[in-house]
Amino acid sequence: MKPYLELAIGFARTGVTGYGGGPSTIPLIEFEAVKKYKWMTEEEFGEILALANTLPGPIATKMAAYIGYKVKGSMGAAVAILTHILPSIIAMLALLGVLYSFRQSPIVSGMVQGVTPVIGFMLAEMAYRFYQKGSQGLGLPKNLMLAAVSLVFVQFLEWHPGILIAIVLSTAFYIAHRKEQAIKKATDEYMPVREKSS
Amino acid sequence: MIYWEIFWAFFVANLLGYGGGPATIPLIQIEVVNNNGWMTLSEFGDILAIANALPGPIATKMAGFIGYELGGGLGAAVALAATILPSALAVIVLFKFVNLFKDSPKVKLMTKSVQPIIAVLLAVMAYQFFLTAFENSGMLHLILLAAVSYLTLIKFKVHPSFVIFGALFYGGIFLT
Repeated sequence: MKPYLELAIGFARTGVTGYGGGPSTIPLIEFEAVKKYKWMTEEEFGEILALANTLPGPIATKMAAYIGYKVKGSMGAAVAILTHILPSIIAMLALLGVLYSFRQSPIVSGMVQGVTPVIGFMLAEMAYRFYQKGSQGLGLPKNLMLAAVSLVFVQFLEWHPGILIAIVLSTAFYIAHRKEQAIKKATDEYMPVREKSS
Repeated sequence: MIYWEIFWAFFVANLLGYGGGPATIPLIQIEVVNNNGWMTLSEFGDILAIANALPGPIATKMAGFIGYELGGGLGAAVALAATILPSALAVIVLFKFVNLFKDSPKVKLMTKSVQPIIAVLLAVMAYQFFLTAFENSGMLHLILLAAVSYLTLIKFKVHPSFVIFGALFYGGIFLT
């Protein structure tokens, strides 16, 4: 029973203390997994994080799934995920329930109006952070070009962004594949002897 | 079949969201508001506001609440399963093959290339919220609230929940 309890405490704690979505809870999860409960080493945590980042979808639940599974199999994974996400979902239902039952009141509509620019700002700031990450990874010209292209397709031609993302993902895969092939061919040509002996 | 539609909407949004939960927000909005018409953009905005005011992962808060609104407890469970299970299972299964592609240049380039698209999707959403605010409460309140958001969140690093509750309070008094 103790491992389940530890998983539950560790993931409930990180679920209710992390702000700003899953990515901001990663350091908190690392603290529980590596330092506090010693479910794994820092290196292993880093490896899982790298793998989880290569997959789409929410990051915190991917980490919870793997860590829970490692500690106690499928049940462990279920415990880790549920204790991580349920408290905030229940709080969300309660808060919005209260707000919605006064939906007609002018005060509530004023509150909603008050919060709209703040959400706009938070989204703008997030957009800027993703743009910066793109610039670091791809360089400014490519990043700017991709951003401009997606703006045209999504906003003006009204494509579903999924189609655009799928095209960009497969193009990136193809370009990286071509590069790998070119490097492999070059090493084969210049080092045929070493290649055979290894 | 609403449950199947809920599942598909959240499955697609999370499958395309590279970069964790926050990257899936505009994709959830597209499924929920634009494609299925389950709610208006301003309703979606209210939910996003409360989700941002509370701690915990953002994608599951959105899925849990929207699923509950559409189909009760079962709706919430379906939306959450679609959000969590595919990637959770993939992590567990793929970890056995981790060394095959952890440092793969393919995966690295794919992840990098999606960032500008997500940035644009988020920027478009931000623009829509600013436009709604401008239409409903006017330029003065919009500039004031956006400027205060910048100062509190970025300059003084105030906790986001205080900023959101502050804005709710301000709106309840001055924008009724």
